[in-house]
Amino acid sequence: MAGAISSGPPTSTRTYQGLGQYLMLPSWVIIGFFLVLPVGMMLIYSFLTKEFRGGVIWEFSLSAYDQFFFDRGLFGDEPAKIEWTYITIFWRSIWQAALATVLCLIIGFPTAWFIATRSGRNKAILLFLITIPYWVNLLIRTISMKFLIRDTGPLNTWLIEFGLISEPLHMVNTNFAVQLGLFYSYLPFMVLPIYASVERYNNSLSEAAADLYASKFVILSKIVLPMVKPGIIAGCILVFVPSLGAFLAPDLLGGAKNFMIGSLIEEQFKGNAGNWPFGAAASMILLSMVLVVLLFYARAQDKGGQNHG
Amino acid sequence: MARKVDLKRFPGFQSMTYLCLILLYAPLLIVMVYSFNDSRSITSWGGISLRWYEDVFFGLEAEKFRAAAFNSVVIAIIAAITSTTIATMAATGMLRAGKFRGKSFSFALINLPLMVPEIVTAVATLIFFSAIGFNAGYLTILIAHIVFCIPFAYLPIAARMQGIEDIYEQAAQDLYATRFEAFKLILLPLMAPGILSGFLLAFIISLDDFIITNFVKGAGIETLPTAIFGAAKQGIKPNIMAISTLLLLVSVVFVTLSYLIGRMGQNKNGKQI
Repeated sequence: MAGAISSGPPTSTRTYQGLGQYLMLPSWVIIGFFLVLPVGMMLIYSFLTKEFRGGVIWEFSLSAYDQFFFDRGLFGDEPAKIEWTYITIFWRSIWQAALATVLCLIIGFPTAWFIATRSGRNKAILLFLITIPYWVNLLIRTISMKFLIRDTGPLNTWLIEFGLISEPLHMVNTNFAVQLGLFYSYLPFMVLPIYASVERYNNSLSEAAADLYASKFVILSKIVLPMVKPGIIAGCILVFVPSLGAFLAPDLLGGAKNFMIGSLIEEQFKGNAGNWPFGAAASMILLSMVLVVLLFYARAQDKGGQNHG
Repeated sequence: MARKVDLKRFPGFQSMTYLCLILLYAPLLIVMVYSFNDSRSITSWGGISLRWYEDVFFGLEAEKFRAAAFNSVVIAIIAAITSTTIATMAATGMLRAGKFRGKSFSFALINLPLMVPEIVTAVATLIFFSAIGFNAGYLTILIAHIVFCIPFAYLPIAARMQGIEDIYEQAAQDLYATRFEAFKLILLPLMAPGILSGFLLAFIISLDDFIITNFVKGAGIETLPTAIFGAAKQGIKPNIMAISTLLLLVSVVFVTLSYLIGRMGQNKNGKQI
């Protein structure tokens, strides 16, 4: 996602003029046939009738979306009320993702700035240290976090040994644990794009401001932040979007009470619910939310481009 | 004029950086340390031993993990080779073939796997294979992996190609090389570090994938992440920590290699080109 966000359509030379479409053909076919077509198929499935224990009956139905938003009683004959179960799950996902984004920004921005302003070797080492967790298996990272914060895990053991608490803190299977997991999972996604922005920041702007008696706080808030805003927005999207559809953190660190969109969808296909059209509908709603965020981003980027030439 | 204050320094930023690194590494390091724990209970420390590594390779679940690791590696190798080839062609098309119809659309398409949330890709792929009556198995995992590896392979390859001017291919063509020869004898060798770097990243991304694999794998087929997930659902046992540590080290080695190869190529060619 990083590259998609940070680099626009590249410049081009013409050595292989006329061959462009042939060279693109494999990517068109593979991605078109195995991603675009499947998403279209998923849209169709969300309007079909469910078959019990997975699969669909090819009969048009709005019941998946209806079930998502309305409660018509056990037999479907009562007057429709708003169904809060799924809206609550989506709402929880949105605020968990938003909170993770804010926390990542609070830690990630100073980190990115600090790294980008180091010189030579130190910079390369620090940057590399941030990059490694970015590539390490998310499943293993989530399991590690769960091990650390278990009731009888190392964190509680140490806190008790140091006399800070007497009873172990119960953290696993809470919203807090899910939040910690999301924050921990996507922190590097915040640091890297902000770093790229700070790299391009021209420090003589700060010097000019300081010559005009601006305080450090003013320099940071009035000069630096607006200049590195593209990186901040990119970082926020890279944290928010995967957090919104996260499955591992809510599944391993949260319990049944801390369901997020990802776990809800998974349950329709792999779990006991077995309602494919409903899972497809929930996926479509998630995808639409992500598209809205990305469109908002594209618009913000266009505006930024006009302002800075 | 020498300044008294360093305008690049802001109070607290350094401590935030250390905090960030501690947060990122503490859980991983603790699991690594505890994977060498001799104690049968995962909470108390009983001295250093390799018994859980022995358990991973020769214990009761060894057969299961070995089969899963084999599947993971085979799928990752094929997916990485295929997606790197496709990505190299795509990068050549995007960066070396001038303007053509569908170019901006192509750029969006290549990055599409990164935009769509993983769980949505997983659902869509599962539905698609089920709708066309394609049995879930190794092939479904492989196809899904190739799709989402393409953008990851594309990034370092395109970055590298952008750094190579086309004067060398032009010169070759002036000396009557065909375009195919110019590609094979000039561009491809210059691109080698970028292609290798893309291959390694695609390999790691495929090896690590859990969510999509979990959806599209056939019954009874496990890759390493799905096997680890299944075992971890029943409780985090010490052998899970040992196998996690091993997988972690594989990732670190591959990413480090990818980084060094990418940089090495730049040092050698960056100044000349």
